[in-house]
Order: sequence, then C-alpha cells, then structure tokens
Amino acid sequence: MERRKERIDRGIKVRAGDVFALCSWREMLYLLAPRLIPVLGFLLLPLVLDNYWQKVLLSVAAFALLAISWDILAQSGMVSLGQALFFGLGAYCSGVLTHTFGCPPLLALPAAALLGGLLSTLCLLPVLRLRGVYFSMVTLIIPLMLVRVIEATKIFGGTEGLSGIAPLPSKWVELYLIVGALLAALFGFRRLLDSDYGLVLKAIKDNDRSVINAGINIYWFKAQALFIASSLAALTGAYMTHVYMFVGMPVFALDYSILPIAAAVVGGPGTLAGATVGAVILVPLSEVLRGIGGLRIVFYGLFLVVFIVALPEGIFHYIQRKYHQVERWVEVQ
Amino acid sequence: MLLGTIIYGLLNSAVLAVMAIGFNLTFGISGVANFAYGAMYIFSAYLSWTLFNLLDWPYGLAVSASISATMALGALMYRFVLLRVRGQALSEVIATFGIGLAILELFHYLGFVGFEYTLPVLIDDGIMIGDTMVDWQRILITGVAGLLVTGLWAFTHYTRLGLAFRGIAQDERTALTLGIESDRIAMISVSLGCGLAALAATVIIPLGSISPSEGYEVLIKALAVCIIGGLGSTGGVIVASFLIGFAERFTDTYVSSHWTMIVSLAAILLVLGFKPSGLFGRQKELEERI
Amino acid sequence: MAAGALLALKALNKNFGGILAINDLSFELAEGELLGLIGPNGSGKTTAVNLITGFVKPSSGAVVYRDRDITGMPPYAIVRLGISRTFQMVKPFYQLPAYKNMIIPLYSPRVKQMTGGRYGDRDAVALDLLEEVGFERDAQVAYKSAAVLPQGYLKRLELAKAIALKPDVIILDELFSGLSLAEVASIVPIIERLRLEGKSIIMIEHRLKELFRIADRVVVLNFGQKIAEGRAQEVMASDAVKKAYLGVEA
Repeated sequence: MERRKERIDRGIKVRAGDVFALCSWREMLYLLAPRLIPVLGFLLLPLVLDNYWQKVLLSVAAFALLAISWDILAQSGMVSLGQALFFGLGAYCSGVLTHTFGCPPLLALPAAALLGGLLSTLCLLPVLRLRGVYFSMVTLIIPLMLVRVIEATKIFGGTEGLSGIAPLPSKWVELYLIVGALLAALFGFRRLLDSDYGLVLKAIKDNDRSVINAGINIYWFKAQALFIASSLAALTGAYMTHVYMFVGMPVFALDYSILPIAAAVVGGPGTLAGATVGAVILVPLSEVLRGIGGLRIVFYGLFLVVFIVALPEGIFHYIQRKYHQVERWVEVQ
Repeated sequence: MLLGTIIYGLLNSAVLAVMAIGFNLTFGISGVANFAYGAMYIFSAYLSWTLFNLLDWPYGLAVSASISATMALGALMYRFVLLRVRGQALSEVIATFGIGLAILELFHYLGFVGFEYTLPVLIDDGIMIGDTMVDWQRILITGVAGLLVTGLWAFTHYTRLGLAFRGIAQDERTALTLGIESDRIAMISVSLGCGLAALAATVIIPLGSISPSEGYEVLIKALAVCIIGGLGSTGGVIVASFLIGFAERFTDTYVSSHWTMIVSLAAILLVLGFKPSGLFGRQKELEERI
Repeated sequence: MAAGALLALKALNKNFGGILAINDLSFELAEGELLGLIGPNGSGKTTAVNLITGFVKPSSGAVVYRDRDITGMPPYAIVRLGISRTFQMVKPFYQLPAYKNMIIPLYSPRVKQMTGGRYGDRDAVALDLLEEVGFERDAQVAYKSAAVLPQGYLKRLELAKAIALKPDVIILDELFSGLSLAEVASIVPIIERLRLEGKSIIMIEHRLKELFRIADRVVVLNFGQKIAEGRAQEVMASDAVKKAYLGVEA
C-alpha cells in the first residue's frame, strides 16, 4: 500500500482564522502566543538576567536589528555584504555628534540614524541601476575603503578612534531602548512589508521588468528600502557607540557584516521574525563559543553555506509550519 | 624616480593581471560568481608551503599538487554547493562568500601568519634597468601574465571548451539546446578559475608572505580589474590591470602608500557609476538596464 | 506629422553591436485606431515596441507622442504619460495569487494620477478588473496562484495589468499566441470595448486572420524595415509582403 505525506492546517488554525476566534480563549491564545512570547520575553528578560547576560541580550537585540535590516534589503532584491558599512557610518556620525559637537546621546541617536542612512543611500545610489551582484560587491568594498581612508587621513581620531564618548543615562535606558527598537522594528516593518508597499518591493526582487512596466520607478523604491534598512543599521551602530563609549575603525569589521547574514539565513530569510530568531540563536551561541576565538567566523561561514544550500527556508519557517500545520501519512488512493 | 615608478607600474600591472585572470574566466566569461576566489588563492599557497616545507616534497611536485588540489576543491565546491543554488546569483554570492570566509578565517585561527610563511622565488636575483633594481621574480610574473592572457584569449575564442564557456554566460538555454551541458561546463570553469588562482599564488606569493587577509585583498583586486576592464573581456583585463597598476604605483610614490588601495576602490566605484559594463565590456544586458 | 496622429515614429534606427535591428522605421498611430504590426519572425516588431516604450534606446531617430519627444525616456515615465504594453513572454509573479498580481500596476503613480488617489481598496479593484477580462468571479479564478493558471488566463492577466494603468495607448505583443480559437474569440470583445472607450491600440500579431478582423490598418516589417503600410487587404496583396512571408521561388 502506497503512502504519501499530507500536510494540512491544524484545526485550531482554521478556527482561529476568522473573527469568531474572539469567542474562545484558546483560539485567541493560539493567535497571540507567537506575538506575546517574544514581546514579553524581550521586555522581562532584562529584569531577571545578571549583568553578563544582560550584555548578551543587548548584543542579541543589536544583531537582530542588523539582521532585520539585511532581511529588508534582501526582500527588495539587494544582498548586502556590508552591513558594517551602515553600522559604521551610524557609529561615526553619533560619535562625532556627541564627541565633537557635544550633542546629548538621546538626541544624537536618531540624528545619526537618519544621517547614516542618508549617507549610505547616497553612496550606493549609483549601483542601484545595476545587476544585484554589483550591489553586493560594492557593499563589501566600501567599508574596506573607509577603513583605509580613516587610517590615511587620520580623521575622526584615525587609528585610535574617539573615546570617552558620553554614555546613555542609565543601564535600564540602554537595555530598554534597544529592546524597544527591536520590537518596534520587528512588528512595524513586518506590517510594512506585508502591505501593498512591501508587495511592490518583493515584486521588484522577483521580476523588476514587470514592475517598471507598471510605471513604477523601481530605483526610487529601492532607494527607499535602502534608506530604511541602512537607517536601522545606522541606529544600531550609533547605539553601540554609546554603549562602548568609543568609536573607531573596528566598527567596519567584517563581523558586523557576516553575523547578520548568518542570522537571517539560519533563522529564515523573508520574514523579519526569522532574522530575529537567528540572532537569538547565534549570538548567545557565539558568546558560549567565545573561547575558540577566530574560529567563530569559520562557523558562521559554514552555517551560512549549509543553510543557504540545504535549508533555505530557515528555522523560523520550520517552526511556523509546525505551529500551523500537521503532517501525517495517508494512503494513496 | 620616474623611470622606476613606471617600471614598477608595469610590473604591478602584470601582477594584477595574473591575479585577475582566473576570476575573469569564471565570473566574466562563464557568469558564475566565485567569491571564494581569494580563499582558493591562499589555500593553494598554504598547501604548497606545507608540502614543500613540512613534508619536504620537491618544489615542482608541491606546486603541481597544490594547483591540482585547488582545482579539485573548486570542482567540489561547485558540485556540492554552487550546483544547488545555480541561477540565483545572490545565493551564489552568499554561498561562495561563506566558503571563502570559512577557509580564510580557519587559516587565520590556525595561526598561519608570519614571515616564515612564504614560497621561494625562482631566481633570487635581479637586473638593473637604468638605476632601478628589478628582480627576476617580477619579470617572471610579467612573462606569465603575457602567456596567460594570450592563452586565455585563444582558448575562449578558438577552442570548443572556451566557446562553451562563453555560451553559457550569454544564454544558458540556447547553450543547453546545442548540447552544451551547462552544469558540467560551469564546474570546469570554476575549477579552472581556481587553478589559475593557484598558479597566480605560486608566482606572486614569493614577493611577500602568505597571510589570510591577503585573501580578501586578492578578491577585491580581481573584482576591481574585472569590473573596470569589463566582465568577460580579456582585452579589458589587460587595460584595467595597466590602469590600476600604474595608478597604484604612482599613488604610492608620489602621495603615500596608505592611499594605494583607496585609489583602486575609488576607481571601481567611478566605473560602476559611469560605465557599468566596464571599459571594454559588451554586456548588452547591462546597457539595457535602463 | 499628420494632424491627429497620436504617436509617431520618425526614422528610428537601432544598432545592436553590428546588427541593424531597426532600419529607418517611420509610421504613425492615429487617435482611436487599431494598428496591426506584423512581419516574419525576427523582423523587429518587438524591438520597435521596445523603442517606443523606452526599454531600448534608439541609435538615432525619434518617438513623438502627443507632440512631445519621448525618445529615450525611461519606461516608467512613458507609462505615466499613458502608453502601456504587454510582453510576449508572460511572466507573472508566480508565487502570488492572480489578483495580487494586479496590485503592482494599481500601486503605480499613473493610477494615482488618473484617479486622483481615490481608487478605493486595491484588492476590490483588482477583482473587478480581472472579471472584466474574463476571470469568472463565481469560480474564484482570481484567487488562484498564478503558478497554476493556464496560458489563456495568464494572457488575460497580462492584458488586465496593462488596462489597470488607464492608458491612452495600449501595445499588445502577441496577445493571441498560444490561445485557442475560442479563447481568441472571447478576448476580442474586450479589445473592442477598449476601442469604444477611445483607446488607441497597436497589436503585434502572427495570427493574421484574427488580427485583420479588428485592425484598421497594418504596418509590415521585414528585417527591421517597413515594407508596406495600409489597409489589411491591400497590404497582403503586395508582392513585397508575400515575398517576406513566403519567400522567393528558387
């Protein structure tokens, strides 16, 4: 007797798919749980963790933001190999604003985010017209170039960087600021990408000629997506400057480019939630593996390859599938 | 000083050409993005070093084995990784980049950094041109560059395999209908590209020492030459190598060494901004990229 | 340019690296006219359309629309002026349902411009437009994923996407190819309705019988040059056209 695997929606999913879900606590819980768990988790964890793990949580949130930024670009058809570029620009903008111009950190953060985003978009504007590969190459190249420029011209502190930068008001502000930003970005941009606007962006990735033919200026849209994503990453960079109270050439390091990609690929590209899940998995993992030093990047690289080739849907999609659907063997008629 | 700068500009151009030619073959001519190129370069260098210094193999054997091993590695990478993501250019980039990253950082971690990690020069001597000392290794590289460039040009224009390479880049479907197994050809192309990277490493590494960070630099330089010269154009590789080679040397002499790499990188951005298909590129698709 | 000509091609040339794809091509489209653009394979029909709609820049010559030189303008700008087109190889957004495919054109600034931004819910408008081109509403065909739709529906979807842009000129590139006689017969009324609404249409076709029933005039291309122009019967009687399609006796 031949059997095949059948995948169907769970009963509770179907029941919860209508407004009648409001009639049952179980169904409402089913719908809310996936949203509540991360929100409550991120909001409550800072209160129960010790200092060391609080720093890890901070790192998780920061890398999750970078991964979300990468995912937004990827969904619009741009693969960034240089999140470090946006991160570093934001970091330097904020550092300079605070250090040189005496701007208070809470003001410098949004300013640096927007400024960093603007600069990044302007840098990459010329390559938006070209095949995707060129975008990737240029994002890889520019951070390297900027490092050399800083080294050569010794601006912004040169190789030593700027230190003694004013920190954020308190530890709690630090933590809840980044956690809040993460949750806002996660839910906000998810909403945006699920809307018609997001549909246009995804269409540009799928078949840009069709979108051009619909009278839409795809370069303007790509520039918008780029601005949004790079501002998000720049915000993260600006934030970290105030956490470390220092900004220097290391902000353009490859680490900041690779880990977000690994997180997004492992977690599942195409849903910002996947990028977050990936960061939640990889960042603590890399903390635990801190002992092996440089080998971490080797692992990221391998993870990247394995997931891209063998498990392109990522962990989040897998979990989502399991949550919504049930698989079973049935007889073939 | 001027004569010296010019001569070294020439030699530098040769170095760049040798570095870029493998990448041009895979990416420019066959359309397969291989961002692990720099890693292959370094891999073969370390392998040669290990065989030559730790296992005391004769130099010629060590080098040949290393080049073959690199070619095999390239083929394996294609078979197990690239094959699965073929056609999705962005996934190709990420996957090969991941591999390259893993390899380079592995070497970094294992501590293979230092002056003792280098390959021997063929003839440890030089000649005087004017009042500039030119070492034989660099002259060798120039010769190799000339051979490789003409060889590659002839290969892609006159041999069946070479024409097949160009075919799959231009229109894969048509190539398939003509009986060209695009997967097999692409695999050979990646493999050959890696082999050329290995060859490049063999002649260029003796000028300095092996270090994993050089892997990234090689990738960038190869990219620079191929983009500026125009993907797929062997003539473009020559011209771009000259342009960048001279620009680097003149910057180094008359400005400062810090700015050398900046010049190359800025050149890439300029070309991409104004003439994205490169100086000699004939990528119609790019031009129609309104 | 003759009075009342909406769109005019003037001495267009296009050189693709040595191949002269379009050679001194000139013709006009009058307002409200249905012009057929025919010719053997490879005669440059699609290239001519690409030149009009901005997907390819001409080597020389001009395209004039409503007395305005639109040569070399980017395609999305030309769409905004009121010219829309379909593609020969239909490529919908496969992972989306049919009606979601329509969101992209409905999001276009052209639509916003023409409706003053008060088009209503895009999903509803999409479903209406699809019904107009023959997506049966009760069978809910519009909700099916584009990946499972047969060619007939995909062609209608392509047509709907062009209509959604509220164009004044529609260029249809081989709309009838791959369709059965019945399917063609069901699409023709849609085209007739567009004409009644005052739109001007250019149709590239190989299905000459079906085309000649609805076309006012035809332009015949061969090797990138115009070899005949006029009413369908006159044109098909000319020797040059017969030679182009059927060849010369050896």
